[in-house]
Amino acid sequence: MKIPDEKELGFMEKLAQKGISRRDFMKFCTMMAATLALPASFAPKIAEAIEKSKRPSLVWLEFQDCAGNTESFLRASKPTVVEIVLNLLSVDYHETIMAPAGKQAEKSLDDVVKNQKGKYITVVEGAIPTKDGGVYCCIGGRSAVDIVKEVCGNAMATIAVGACAWDGGWPAASPNPTGAKGVKDVVSGITLINLPGCPMNVQNLTGVVVHLLTFGALPATDELGRPLFAYGERIHDHCERRAHFDAGQYVRQWGDEGHRLGWCLYEMGCKGPETFQNCPTIRWNDATNWPVGSGHGCIGCASPRFWDTMTPFYRRLPKVPGFGVEATADKIGLGLAAVTAAGVVAHGIARAVKGKGPEQGEKKE
Amino acid sequence: MRAVENALGITIPDNARIIRNLITGIQYVQDHVIHFYHLHALDWVDVVSALKADPAKTSALAQSISDWDKSSTTYFKAIQDKLKAFVESGQLGIFANAYWGHPAYKLPPEANLMAVAHYLEALDWQKDVIRIHAVLGSKNPHAQTYLVGGMALPVDPNSQNALNVEGIALIIELANKAKTFVEKVYIPDLLAIASFYKDWAGYGAGVGNFLAYGVFEQDNVSNTTNLYFPRGIIKNKDLSKVYPVDQTKIAEYVTHSWYEYPEGDGKSKHPWEGVTKPNYTGPKPPYEFLETNQKYSWLKAPRYEDTAMEVGPLSRMLVAYASGHKRVKEVVDSVLKKLGVGPEALFSTLGRTAARGVETLVTAEMLLVWLGQLEQNIKRADLQIHNNEKWDPSTWPKEAKGYGFHEAPRGALGHWVRIVDGKIENYQCVVPSTWNGSPRDAKGQKGPYEVALIGTPVADPNKPVEILRTIHSFDPCMACAVHVVDTEGKEFTRIRIV
Repeated sequence: MKIPDEKELGFMEKLAQKGISRRDFMKFCTMMAATLALPASFAPKIAEAIEKSKRPSLVWLEFQDCAGNTESFLRASKPTVVEIVLNLLSVDYHETIMAPAGKQAEKSLDDVVKNQKGKYITVVEGAIPTKDGGVYCCIGGRSAVDIVKEVCGNAMATIAVGACAWDGGWPAASPNPTGAKGVKDVVSGITLINLPGCPMNVQNLTGVVVHLLTFGALPATDELGRPLFAYGERIHDHCERRAHFDAGQYVRQWGDEGHRLGWCLYEMGCKGPETFQNCPTIRWNDATNWPVGSGHGCIGCASPRFWDTMTPFYRRLPKVPGFGVEATADKIGLGLAAVTAAGVVAHGIARAVKGKGPEQGEKKE
Repeated sequence: MRAVENALGITIPDNARIIRNLITGIQYVQDHVIHFYHLHALDWVDVVSALKADPAKTSALAQSISDWDKSSTTYFKAIQDKLKAFVESGQLGIFANAYWGHPAYKLPPEANLMAVAHYLEALDWQKDVIRIHAVLGSKNPHAQTYLVGGMALPVDPNSQNALNVEGIALIIELANKAKTFVEKVYIPDLLAIASFYKDWAGYGAGVGNFLAYGVFEQDNVSNTTNLYFPRGIIKNKDLSKVYPVDQTKIAEYVTHSWYEYPEGDGKSKHPWEGVTKPNYTGPKPPYEFLETNQKYSWLKAPRYEDTAMEVGPLSRMLVAYASGHKRVKEVVDSVLKKLGVGPEALFSTLGRTAARGVETLVTAEMLLVWLGQLEQNIKRADLQIHNNEKWDPSTWPKEAKGYGFHEAPRGALGHWVRIVDGKIENYQCVVPSTWNGSPRDAKGQKGPYEVALIGTPVADPNKPVEILRTIHSFDPCMACAVHVVDTEGKEFTRIRIV
């Protein structure tokens, strides 16, 4: 009997060689299916897709950033960053965690851009300053604008992680002294998806990557370029404190009885009613907690230009009528619709209305 | 936050003080371990050499330095097989194009394999222990709980939506896990690796002046000096005297920075009067190099009494050591003894890396002490987490100014604020990496990175792993550019430290 050589081994056997059990792998695929809002029956399909592929190259660029998304990436738990780096992807360039520096590091990036044109994934973290010829962020003497155009321009797909890479984030906050912009406003004609947030939740990043590997395309997005599986629904509509909002039970002061009992943080400035992200469902740090869960309102970090539009963080949202009882919840929903910025999906509003359960198939505005 | 609290004269509740200490404390522990294994170790550890290791000898080595349970021959064999499969895949990812096989690597293959195993273990460990941030502050990174006047985490043993015994139990579990890893893996690895690189106690000394604002408040007075790691300054490597910190003596130059001051760039400015007006005068990108006799950096040049200062774990540990901090002194002395070197060895690349380990251990030991203080308060039914008196800006004076000191893991962090009519009139941050990575000032005085690199031997200018050792030992907050210039002033290589 012939002993199969390395090439003939199935992916599962290869994984087993790397110390990953089939059970662990299937668990991961099932979890991914859940994150991507797919039926569990998709898990085998995801597994099959990952089995077939050579680990795709991923390059991670950092510009005007604080490495918060890199830190978030390191917190990955399903799969862990070890699994991502060793088994799922080939992370060929990442300034913070890569071993080489200087010219050797630049070589790593060049190798991917030149040899794998159209086949690699680019992740961009941080804003890109465009004013004055791009002098406000240069790496190895090249401007961020120059680098992002070349690297994203040759990629199969680009994932902009965090608020800054999406729409400029903090560097672009008024008065935006460096002309900071997000990827979408600097490079045109590329395949791009955005994972805003400050930082992005890494589970959504792995979700996008697995979707891409499984279906060969990026997941569906809203008109702001955010994947629906992660940004399709309002925080307010999945908030564990929603019942207190509807019942008019609000925290009035930090540490008061309502605060200790887990009442609604709307009065303390929570931006959950205007923010679209899956924080309440997937939570953070291996589902340990999330802002509202620890007594602090949402600051709307996945919303457009949030440093300008969602501040002051501790002032309650304007024009939301009533601190009402359940009977006024209708009005509350309508009031929110009036202040929801153009382009923001408002389909969660119907769900704010008690007793209108069947209307949950709303469409985007 | 502290700057505003200082400006408005706000005293925070004791519980908020303790929660802040816990969040900062676990951040030190987690961040320093990540720095050691994932941002610095590969300057000392040759990953490829680990493939040649004998797993049985690796196991013997590991068991000789620690009773950490993951130390069997089978375990190291499995790690080596995993590494082998990875290397044979031909896709080396973040490990490609590095300096493997460089003559400056001194560890035997077995020590390299042990370090690679712990590199991987630390990656899993760090994401877990930092869940303390999620319990106390919603998420990591970017905890969302800090308020002017306190914290947003409700504390109530009788509520399921506040910090209760369930949350406390999780913190205890994670804090123990953190401390155990530091004691049984990080510190033994640090000592084992350092013993092969003792010559690095002779390189990378830096400016020899050390500034620490101090950290871990032991009372709730605004900008208190009652700190577990004390505030102070050491001048010219003289550990016999610790000078007090006077914030009015801090000022920043922009002589070689791409900013301009209205009164000209020859004089420095105190942060309360600070100005951040960009004035780029460098070459149009793409460019090959920058002229250091002109403006050449986006960092300002902070100075204390017109002198460059190093900040970071080494500064904090030196100030604690020289101040007679009992536990720091014990641990520092034991590290020095184990390495067979004197206190002068602390002023070096190796000293900087060792001090980070010392601080991690001493901080990890305090986590449960602080948690105990919180439990005592809860026992007394003190559940206050926020001082609400000045929450409404209408209660503020027309004008106010303040400053706040903190010690980020990588060093002294100061914020200065001036408030007029309830709004920020001026806000200036002087951050650790501007102290350490400072460009030259009006007098041409060099910053800590630059001084530390002078005299560093570089075996192969095209693979300057030695430069990385010293720069990484500071834990720079940037992917920063360093130019290495030979004695004729001709640039022979350009290095991006990543």
